[in-house]
Amino acid sequence: MAKEAQKERSMILQKEMIAGLFDDLANAKELGKKVCYTFIPGNLSELIRTFDMLPVYPEINALQSAMRKKSASYIKEAERNAHSEDVCTYVKCDVGMMMKGNIGPTGQKIPEPDVLLLSYTGCFTFLKWFETLKREYPNAKVIMVHTPYQENAEMTPEMTEYMVKQFKEEVIPQFEEVTGIKYDEEKLKRHLVLAKQAEDWITKIFETTKHKPSPIDAYFAGVYYIGPINIGFRGTKEAVEYYKELYSEIQERIRLGLGPITPEGEMKEEKYRLVVEGPPNWTSFREFWKIFYDMGAVIVASSYTKVGGVYDMGWRHDASRPLESLAEYCMNCYTNLNIPQRIDLLTKCIEDYDADGYITNSIKSCNSFSAGQLGMMREIEDRLEIPVGFIESDLVDPRYFSYSNIKNRLESFFQMLEQRKSMQTISEK
Amino acid sequence: MKKYYLGIDLGSTTSKAVIINEKDEIIGRGITNTRANYKVAADIAREEATYDARFTLLTQRLQEEIDSKPEFKKYMKDIRSVFQYRQFKRRMDSLRAMLLKTVNEFKYNNKEDIKQALIKILGIIEPQIRNEFVNENLGSKNQFFRDIVSERYNQEVEKADKLVFEPLMLAFDKSITPVENEMVKYNFKELIDESMNVLDEKYKGLLDQPEHGDKEDWYYAELNAVKSNYKNVESTLREHIDQIADEDIHISNMVGTGYGRALLPFPEDCIKSEILCHAFGAHAIFPNTRTVLDIGGQDTKAIQVDSHGLVTSFHMNDRCAAGCGRYLGYIADEFGISLNELGPEALEADKEATICSTCTVFAGAEVKELLHNGEKRPNILAGLHKAIVQRAMSLIARSGGVRNEFTFTGGVARNQAVLKYVKQMVTDSYGELTMNIHTDSIFMGALGGAMFARRNIEVDLPSKKKKK
Repeated sequence: MAKEAQKERSMILQKEMIAGLFDDLANAKELGKKVCYTFIPGNLSELIRTFDMLPVYPEINALQSAMRKKSASYIKEAERNAHSEDVCTYVKCDVGMMMKGNIGPTGQKIPEPDVLLLSYTGCFTFLKWFETLKREYPNAKVIMVHTPYQENAEMTPEMTEYMVKQFKEEVIPQFEEVTGIKYDEEKLKRHLVLAKQAEDWITKIFETTKHKPSPIDAYFAGVYYIGPINIGFRGTKEAVEYYKELYSEIQERIRLGLGPITPEGEMKEEKYRLVVEGPPNWTSFREFWKIFYDMGAVIVASSYTKVGGVYDMGWRHDASRPLESLAEYCMNCYTNLNIPQRIDLLTKCIEDYDADGYITNSIKSCNSFSAGQLGMMREIEDRLEIPVGFIESDLVDPRYFSYSNIKNRLESFFQMLEQRKSMQTISEK
Repeated sequence: MKKYYLGIDLGSTTSKAVIINEKDEIIGRGITNTRANYKVAADIAREEATYDARFTLLTQRLQEEIDSKPEFKKYMKDIRSVFQYRQFKRRMDSLRAMLLKTVNEFKYNNKEDIKQALIKILGIIEPQIRNEFVNENLGSKNQFFRDIVSERYNQEVEKADKLVFEPLMLAFDKSITPVENEMVKYNFKELIDESMNVLDEKYKGLLDQPEHGDKEDWYYAELNAVKSNYKNVESTLREHIDQIADEDIHISNMVGTGYGRALLPFPEDCIKSEILCHAFGAHAIFPNTRTVLDIGGQDTKAIQVDSHGLVTSFHMNDRCAAGCGRYLGYIADEFGISLNELGPEALEADKEATICSTCTVFAGAEVKELLHNGEKRPNILAGLHKAIVQRAMSLIARSGGVRNEFTFTGGVARNQAVLKYVKQMVTDSYGELTMNIHTDSIFMGALGGAMFARRNIEVDLPSKKKKK
């Protein structure tokens, strides 16, 4: 019994954190809090907290809507209002939700934004998304920060300086204006200390998949694990507490030699270890996951769990360089890495986590992820001589998830893995 | 006892079966159109493959005679065709009964006229088809029961009175499907006996016919030899036929693959992905194959294989099946010609009309527009074929390009115009390299399946676990 209770504690903590945030959002006016809409990649969570604002993440709302089977009607609503079929479905789902009253995943109303903060410009759609929202919320202040792309696989001092200048001249003064709160660097530093702690814990958590069997699934469960750190709790005590708890639960699984938990209980046999590139499909998330765990496939690393921050290579928020480290954070998000950097990162994952195969889930309407995906796959295949697979689905539009076709391709992929494994066993004998 | 292995490839358009021996040699092939009832389609393909296997065994026994005596060669060719006719005939009798039953149940006022018209039509097409099988080798044209009958039936119905046209078309549509989905069991020995009787009559008749002189010399050499010696061939054949008919073609293991594989009445661990099967089959025939292109009814696959025939990566069309075999089927319907006629006519083109390949339905509209503008039909068809290959080329590029050697498989590989453009475009993009196309290209998936069955490689599928 004690074990069962312990297993669920991190989940309870997470639920409480999220419920608390949406409660606060629903009562923002009464609480006298300002609301800042922003995106996950390059999110300035600690800075937003420094100004006591509440964050809203439209992508998170979109994927939550999809998991609650509401995205289809939201997308329809957006399309009825002239959003093209080819537009990113996160956008359409969010816009549709807004048009239908902006009721969030907890059933509570999401307040209108006081600030629309774009701190990552690598995704062009983000820009257009906030331009659209600006028309809907004419009173909101729009702050756009230009994030330089890591064209030459590095963050130069000039790039950092360029961003810090924008923080100082654009972001901070406008935050002060909206909130009426003076910028307090010491407060920011305190958040950054906690951010680093959470980042250390989450890195340790995702490294546990090096164990065989892997105690967790770094993609299907991983997207839950990144929840707190991504939706505004980075830089808080609650997040550190949550990740510490989660880590100890995972340690217990390792001690007992247990595999990942799936919606249908524990995965009994780990047959394949995979690295996945690209976001998951949210409308048929369970079905999609099931195809993997039914085959005994566990995801040991994924690029998607790095969208909110890449910590694998040792980078951390640093309280001694507060604004510089926020600048680096923005530039270091996964989709801001150039293609060779992404290949190196994925190669490292495949090698460090001893993966048997590599799968790309390509989302046609997501430029940030899709650009270069095929080339990356080819390069990884050549470099590591590892079986690779490519499937296509969508983020939150249920019309683009073809279960039987995806299953057909994945079955072929798994049989290919199986064949290779048995060949290896034969040649090893 | 000899061991045999079966592979069944249940595709979206055709179902194929291949039987191999212990040396991976193909001894039987069977093919039929995939229909509403998958089990029947799979069973028919398997039956066909078993008959084919018996013929192979028979041929092996008579190899010396076939090689040295033209009459044996001719007789063996003829008996295959007539044998197919006898199978056809049984199903045709069943269709006749079904048609009459359907018409009898009609509530039209002119029911009697419809019935008379039907009987008249059947009276015309039945001997016509018989003649084509017995004298013109219809059996070797890879046409299925439904195609053969409907082509001729439609022709005759169009000539019939307007008042019976609709009911006759309706009667056919209502009757063909149940007949097609009915599993008819044949007795090999009986069918062979019947076939020999038919041939007996045929050759007897030939004795009195003068030579026309419009065929090549070898044709008359074979014909003359068989005319004077068929009795001799018959008696040799009869010496073997009982043994061959009774020989147990024991299937030791089987593997199912293809689009409908999950629905095959097979144990689940005997089901394998068509990607692996196509690659394995292609590799068996052409061991140096590194890239396999398979164009089937509803998917196109570009597959890279290693030196053992194992798949290293693959790419399939996603979301849309434009540019696959069904596209050709749809186009054939648009033009009102049969699938087999598409390729040859496209080869007559003097240029290729530009046609967008992204949507099958839109391509239909483009075709109409082009026809309206006076474009020649062969040029339009050539454009359509080129469009298909262009789509396949983009898939190949996505899968990592063409590596030497390149093997083309699947039903569409039988189309000569597609072949022409594949050769052209692969050479243009990847330079001169060895390209393999085999007469058995459509059977590659089933062959790969049979080979996996022989190796008894365990496979694991989600569906298997679900039921545990």
